Amino acid sequence: MEMKPLTRAVLGLVCLLVAIWLVAPTLVVVPMSFNENKSLAFPPQGFSWQWYQNFVTNPDWSNSFLNSLKVASIVAVLATVLGTLAAFGLDRMKARPANLLRMLILTPMVVPGVVLAIGIYAVYLDTRLVGTLLGFVLAHTILALPFVLIAVSANLEVFDRRLETAAASLGANALTTFRTVTLPLIAPGVLSGLLFAFATSFDEIVVSLFITNPYLKTLPVQIFASITRDADPTVAAVGTILLFATTILIGGGMLLLGRERKGRQ
Amino acid sequence: MSASEPTIPAAERRWAWRPYALAMPALVLLLAVIGYPLLTIVLRSLSEPQWGLQNYIWFFSAPINLTVLQRTFVISTWVTLVCVVSAYPYAYLMTAVGPRIRLVLMLCVLIPFWVSGVVRTLSWVILLQDSGVINSILRSFGLGGVRLIRTQTGVVIGMAQVLLPFMILPLYSVMKGIDLRLMRAAQSLGARPFRAFFTIYLPLSLPGVYAGAIIVFILALGFYITPALLGGPRSTMLSTLVQTQVLSLLQWGRGGAMGVVLLVVTFVLLALAAPVMRSRYREAGRR
Repeated sequence: MEMKPLTRAVLGLVCLLVAIWLVAPTLVVVPMSFNENKSLAFPPQGFSWQWYQNFVTNPDWSNSFLNSLKVASIVAVLATVLGTLAAFGLDRMKARPANLLRMLILTPMVVPGVVLAIGIYAVYLDTRLVGTLLGFVLAHTILALPFVLIAVSANLEVFDRRLETAAASLGANALTTFRTVTLPLIAPGVLSGLLFAFATSFDEIVVSLFITNPYLKTLPVQIFASITRDADPTVAAVGTILLFATTILIGGGMLLLGRERKGRQ
Repeated sequence: MSASEPTIPAAERRWAWRPYALAMPALVLLLAVIGYPLLTIVLRSLSEPQWGLQNYIWFFSAPINLTVLQRTFVISTWVTLVCVVSAYPYAYLMTAVGPRIRLVLMLCVLIPFWVSGVVRTLSWVILLQDSGVINSILRSFGLGGVRLIRTQTGVVIGMAQVLLPFMILPLYSVMKGIDLRLMRAAQSLGARPFRAFFTIYLPLSLPGVYAGAIIVFILALGFYITPALLGGPRSTMLSTLVQTQVLSLLQWGRGGAMGVVLLVVTFVLLALAAPVMRSRYREAGRR
């Protein structure tokens, strides 16, 4: 479409502002994390690494970080296995039951977090799952399943099923076919499902806030508690670490993906 | 090939139960961890302290609840409007620039999308608080501070930023598919750019606006963390009220009734949106 220079300039400016609005606010945690004083007031004073040290040495922080890693790793594997199996099942069903079941598995995405949280909390109180690893894993797995299903289903849609027939006609049994033909071809979907599941669990806060107890806290719960309780710049240090870790992961992933696509062409 | 052909349907019939078996573990977990808890909440809202509709009658007769319900809708509407207005030009520019700038614009959307929601809300606390970035900038210009944290404006600014990617992504995926030659055709037939935009481009992009707006509105209705940290007593949303009833007052019946109301509103909105979304997917499939 032809655009007048003025329209173009205005559009560019608006988008620049939106981009800044999207990215810049989060960056504010970086200077705050080097604050010398125990305060989140702006501007930060002096320079120190003490909040990073505190993150590593204070068991409140380091334990919650390790808990989050543990929960998210188990959830990533569990949700990926269950989600991939379900995606396969739905792919091979008749359209009507498949759509119904797909909607069911996607419901956790739209149910308001607090409603889900009080429901799970009620059940966990009865079954003594509050503050347990199993409790966190079960709840987070359900929340991560939709992302795995979406990622793997998208890959299955473009997967040519005749390849499986070909493998079978050459004598491979179902398991061998899956392992040597199907799985390698849908690996990108499974992998991005795994990543999404990990991120979902690592970041989950609403349900976690309800099912946590002093013995088992995840990192987001600890961050939330810290923000509401006191102005501890350790949250800014944690935020900075998470910000850089995700940027490197996504940036790296997108670059890899772009290179791979270019290579294929 | 001809020898094996008749056996395939037979084999398929024999294995017809298999897809269901594959989906079973996920469904069982779903019923146990979502279905049963939601059922528990519905039952408690009807049975505590005794069987009946008293919790719902209480919800719709107490003025404070109605105020919060109305406020939840107002805040969600504002958030959705802010998202539509800022996402539309952004998504459009993503379709109009070269691949390199598009990658940068995409990263600007995806990075905040991936950065922990709690951390993003924390940064809004730092920005908006009375001793925060915005107020210290205002003060350095000799202007008095403004109150942003614990106000509705603060909540809307923070929530809109957190939800903006959910608006940009569907909008972009629809705009990507719009044939720009239609615009050129309109202009060659004498339409001015504005007219061509409003009669051709805007209607074609509306499904994206609609999809994004529904997602943002639904997510905003149930938002909990951002209003809890950025808001104050005068910007309480429904989710916070549910939490207070259950955790602080131990009123499972009342909290449950509020939760059910929130759930019903969400699903009604989804049901209203479903036909539009479906027709959009059908179109996408045809393309």
